[in-house]
Amino acid sequence: MSTLSVKVWRGTESGHYQEFEVPRLESQTVLDVVTYIQRSLDPTLSYRFACRVGMCGSCAMTVNGKARWTCRTHVSKVAENDCIEIAPLHNLPVVKDLVTDMQPFFDKWAQAQGRFQGNKTRKDDFERVQPESRERTLVDAGIECIGCGVCYSSCDVVAWNPDYLGPAALNRAWTLVNDVRDTGNKTRLAAVAGDAGCHACHTHMSCTERCPKQLSPTAGIAGLKRAVLTAALKGEL
Amino acid sequence: MKNDFRARSHPAYWAFIVHRVSGLLLSLFLPLHFWALGQALQGEAGLESFLRWTDRPLLKFAETAVVVLLAMHMAGGVRLLMLEFMAWRDWQKSLLAVAAGVSLAAGLAFLLNIV
Amino acid sequence: MNVRAQALLWVAQRYSAMVLALCVIVHLITMIYAVRNGLSAAEILGRTRGNTAWAGFYALFVAAVAIHAPIGLRNIISETLGWRGRSLDIAVLVIGLLLVLWGLRAVWAVFG
Repeated sequence: MSTLSVKVWRGTESGHYQEFEVPRLESQTVLDVVTYIQRSLDPTLSYRFACRVGMCGSCAMTVNGKARWTCRTHVSKVAENDCIEIAPLHNLPVVKDLVTDMQPFFDKWAQAQGRFQGNKTRKDDFERVQPESRERTLVDAGIECIGCGVCYSSCDVVAWNPDYLGPAALNRAWTLVNDVRDTGNKTRLAAVAGDAGCHACHTHMSCTERCPKQLSPTAGIAGLKRAVLTAALKGEL
Repeated sequence: MKNDFRARSHPAYWAFIVHRVSGLLLSLFLPLHFWALGQALQGEAGLESFLRWTDRPLLKFAETAVVVLLAMHMAGGVRLLMLEFMAWRDWQKSLLAVAAGVSLAAGLAFLLNIV
Repeated sequence: MNVRAQALLWVAQRYSAMVLALCVIVHLITMIYAVRNGLSAAEILGRTRGNTAWAGFYALFVAAVAIHAPIGLRNIISETLGWRGRSLDIAVLVIGLLLVLWGLRAVWAVFG
């Protein structure tokens, strides 16, 4: 049986890579590899996962230098000469080993006003949103985000500009800007504008390149730039 | 932990590097360019003596490099404007090729004209 | 600097970029044309001296670049050196003003 040589980050912000030999299996995912290490080789290894089927967004790690969802990443796709290197997500504080503190990531969703704000009550009728309408199509393009943090971890502007809200939070804001039921867009656009918001994006497109759901936060951020421009010209910013 | 080159190895990121480096170098070149044109304040002879001073291979090479930097920054910048101001989906990668082609063509046209 | 001003900086940089894209195309074509027989002061000044259309074009070019470049430098400086805030904003404003003055001096030199 062939084996896989796996280097796993141990420690916190400071630490080192520890090497493990893991049996190579067919259709093996990177998450399978980490799970094997924790269950069979070193129970002190810390990592995070939940659903294992690409829905929950909790198992993202840096695999051979690129952020990925490990549950849906096959070893065959990423291994180089039967070696893989697994590290925690970049641009987030490391709690231990492969576990990062996601708080800054989600705090920025709140700062970007990523919460739906409506004005209807249960007594009102349903809002009718045509599936083919322009707004609904734009929402569809960004709505499948699972909050895994891969884009945030891949974005250099996040690293260079610590206040930057990042691709996921801005993508979320963009879906709400296009939600015809939402009433909070005036303050939301102010929250996502400027040096810490959409205008900090340099269109590196690393988020778009790495998003496991094939979303394009870059396109959403460009949309926010235009929406803020329109609001500014109307004197609403 | 921070990203290294592995996270950055994709075309849009290379385009960013080109845009940033060319923008910075052009900003540094600009005061020199304005100074050179300012030589004409001493009349035609002032500018002419400066131009004759630039008639050396190394400076011709540098001039061509500046022309390419300018063309790259312009073409890459038009690409960015299109990405930011127009709705887009699938044709963004061909824009990069167009930008690279325009820069190369401008550099070649300049080079062929000075040699 | 408030969020509105930061957003307007982005707008100013993009609008100046649109102007610059046209100016640079004209500039590139002129350059490639001008160097075909070698550069000479007589040829350059023969084109620009007393020509208000060229002077107007170059003045617009200088104004656009003096808006565009300092905003770009502000991004580069804040992202690579971590220098932010009012002191940086004043510094790039000074760079912009110097570029305008220095550039208009050059325009005047080839026009007057």
